[in-house]
Amino acid sequence: MENRDTGRLTVDQTDYKTRLSRSYAERKPYAPPVPGRICSFIPGTVVEILVSEGDSVSEGDDIVILDAMKMKNRLKSHISGRVAAVNVAPGDRVTKGAVLVEIV
Amino acid sequence: MALEKKIRELKEKREKMLLGGGEEAIGKQKAMGKNTARERIMAILDDGSFNEYDMFVEHDARDFGMDKKHLPSDGVVIGTGTVHGNPVAIFAQDFTVAGGSLGLMHSRKITKIMDHALKMRIPLIGINDSGGARIQEGVNSLAGYGEIFFRNTISSGVIPQISVILGPCAGGAVYSPALTDFVFVVENISKMFITGPEVIKTVLGEEISMEALGGARVHCEVSGNAHFFSMSEDECFSQIKRLISFIPRNNEVRAQVTEVRPPESSYDIDRIVPGDPTLPYDVREVIRAVADSSDFFEIQEMYARNMVIGFGRLGGRTVGFVANQPMEMAGVLDVDSSDKAARFIRYCDAFSIPIITFVDLPGYLPGVDQEHAGVIRHGAKVLYAYSEATVPKLTVILRKAYGGGYIAMSSRHLGADFVFAWPTAEIAVMGPEGAANIIFRKEITTAANPDEVRRQKVEEYKEKFANPYVAASRGYVDAVIEPSETRRLLLHGLEVSENKDVQMPWKKHGIPPF
Repeated sequence: MENRDTGRLTVDQTDYKTRLSRSYAERKPYAPPVPGRICSFIPGTVVEILVSEGDSVSEGDDIVILDAMKMKNRLKSHISGRVAAVNVAPGDRVTKGAVLVEIV
Repeated sequence: MALEKKIRELKEKREKMLLGGGEEAIGKQKAMGKNTARERIMAILDDGSFNEYDMFVEHDARDFGMDKKHLPSDGVVIGTGTVHGNPVAIFAQDFTVAGGSLGLMHSRKITKIMDHALKMRIPLIGINDSGGARIQEGVNSLAGYGEIFFRNTISSGVIPQISVILGPCAGGAVYSPALTDFVFVVENISKMFITGPEVIKTVLGEEISMEALGGARVHCEVSGNAHFFSMSEDECFSQIKRLISFIPRNNEVRAQVTEVRPPESSYDIDRIVPGDPTLPYDVREVIRAVADSSDFFEIQEMYARNMVIGFGRLGGRTVGFVANQPMEMAGVLDVDSSDKAARFIRYCDAFSIPIITFVDLPGYLPGVDQEHAGVIRHGAKVLYAYSEATVPKLTVILRKAYGGGYIAMSSRHLGADFVFAWPTAEIAVMGPEGAANIIFRKEITTAANPDEVRRQKVEEYKEKFANPYVAASRGYVDAVIEPSETRRLLLHGLEVSENKDVQMPWKKHGIPPF
């Protein structure tokens, strides 16, 4: 049995003294999506990065090619702007949700 | 003397088959802390009751050198026997024979015993210990799995189906256990996953051990795929036998009735539940305080602990208990606890087992992750399961029953036959703090001393609404009872419901939110 300290859970402004599940205690606060971030929607390997830092891009441009589940997936920009950062290099293995390229 | 010779021949043939994959393979199996397929069957069934069929079945695959391979009994043992005198059908994959891999004849044996179980309306026990599909037999292996899944589904709700994972159970193979009613796992022995650590490493570069990915503990605590956890095969076998003692052999008969034994006197029902609705306690104590012999057989003990489910007996008859657990996550309904309760309610309904519900919950778990994980559709499963269940439904509201949680937990409105409330019950649209802050928002915010006014208003609300009498005045609660009257009233309620008959409108089947 795991050791879990007695915690508090608030429902409708009332604090209940109770044990908290591990998944609840370790939950991450919600972060709204940032449209300029090109993230891996699935774990995979970066094949090619089609932009460099400082480049201007338009909405719908291909930014990264990600090899995942036997497919070469084209990740497109959701916004028009400038490439502020390229966080990965071809050949990098990335987890789901990793920020590959940032556009502002 | 020709007959004697033939009999001797038969004995020799049998002996050869009984050795399975041979002594070396058996040695390896033992070294892993595992019993052989036939030993496992014998351990579950009553002594001397096992009869094996299809012992001499062999594959006739030709490709990849299979024509030269001899696989005794094709790697699976099937038969019938009894558990506590109740007939059961059973199969056990034999890991010592080609890793228990599933080929065409292997699957034919399994489907044969499944058909038998369904036709005879007796429970099916399946012991899984297999490396997966026998790749050399190609699409025939896939056909085998599909035919097993089909039978699992057709038999669902007609005969009890029990899966025991005593080794690897990987890839498509996992879906047979997933379609059955109860899954038993053993620490360090059971391994279940769709894609194994190797594939995950090659494709995703993530390293994880088999145990951390799909071990017994993971499936009992995290995924909820398994229902019963044990530390050894022997412990697992006694759990299986105990389960069988509670459930009926098919959906047209009742579970075996035992002698009526009162709860143990050490459970003092008046002292279990604290009066302050924000304080925790173990609701299983309440269950033990009312159940025959204080005997409660909990299911999925380690998963979604905020909801407690399991079997017990009242007046010698099997009942299913469903209870919020205030000690864990305040007993809230959330994605996992809803799923857990709903499936159990449907199990009880399918097998004519009355449902006893103990209510004490503040409502649904608030949070973005819950909303995004679909607490709406998962929560709806509880409403659906209680509403469609036609078995006797008896509810006892112990303490809090707020808002949507009140409705969901087998309320009168969802068709409960009897609803009792303890004097500590608070049946209200929400907790006093939340309600007072909404109803008296203006008074509170415009007051010179808002905290003082808030306290007053909360007290006022508590006084008026945090009790069972408002609901009782509408007949939503049948009786407000003393805790010590609970067992007597439940026994009476079950007696009165013995011939309960509810006619549902004709339908092919409903469309539950799963």
